[in-house]
Amino acid sequence: MSMNQYETVFILTPVLSDVQMKEAVEKFKALLVEEGAEIINEENWGLKKLAYPIQKKSTGFYQLIEFNAEPSVIEKLEINFRRDERIIRFLTFRMDKYAAEYAAKRRSVKSTKKEEN
Amino acid sequence: MAQQNQSEIRYLTPPSVDVKKKKYCRFKKSGIRYIDYKDPEFLKKFLNEQGKILPRRITGTSLKFQRRIAQAVKRARHLALLPYVTDMMK
Repeated sequence: MSMNQYETVFILTPVLSDVQMKEAVEKFKALLVEEGAEIINEENWGLKKLAYPIQKKSTGFYQLIEFNAEPSVIEKLEINFRRDERIIRFLTFRMDKYAAEYAAKRRSVKSTKKEEN
Repeated sequence: MAQQNQSEIRYLTPPSVDVKKKKYCRFKKSGIRYIDYKDPEFLKKFLNEQGKILPRRITGTSLKFQRRIAQAVKRARHLALLPYVTDMMK
């Protein structure tokens, strides 16, 4: 079994309420877990302004998920992204060793910040 | 007295001031190994005011990192963190 580390970011339409947005995120997390992926990290960047309009929307909810999974999972994930009209944009890519290193560092910085608060 | 005279030397033709500064790759110098697409403010250093990627001959970036900048900028554009086309970005 060959697992790769992936990172996915998707943008949800801003017409959703906070609850609906979280619900959509949970749906994709559940999908990943169901497919045998192991979620390493997730970040909700909240409502952000887009650099250019997408589907006539100027803002969107950004969500990042880092996970370990087999390559076949990605296809299923992306099909679900395309079918879900709440998702206005997504990007998934395999992390190389430098990306993984950077992400690990980012996580450790984030966790120390949390402890301080 | 002799020192005073030295400081008052005036050149007929001013010495050329444009001493060529050696360009260097900032990633190699500072040991950055991964360029994060999630940080548009950082990536803006490598874009002109129209949002185009600056060439290596201007930024001095090594080929290896120029490729990674390009990759990061393109990812950021896809996720609407950076614009594809714009004016007066800076």
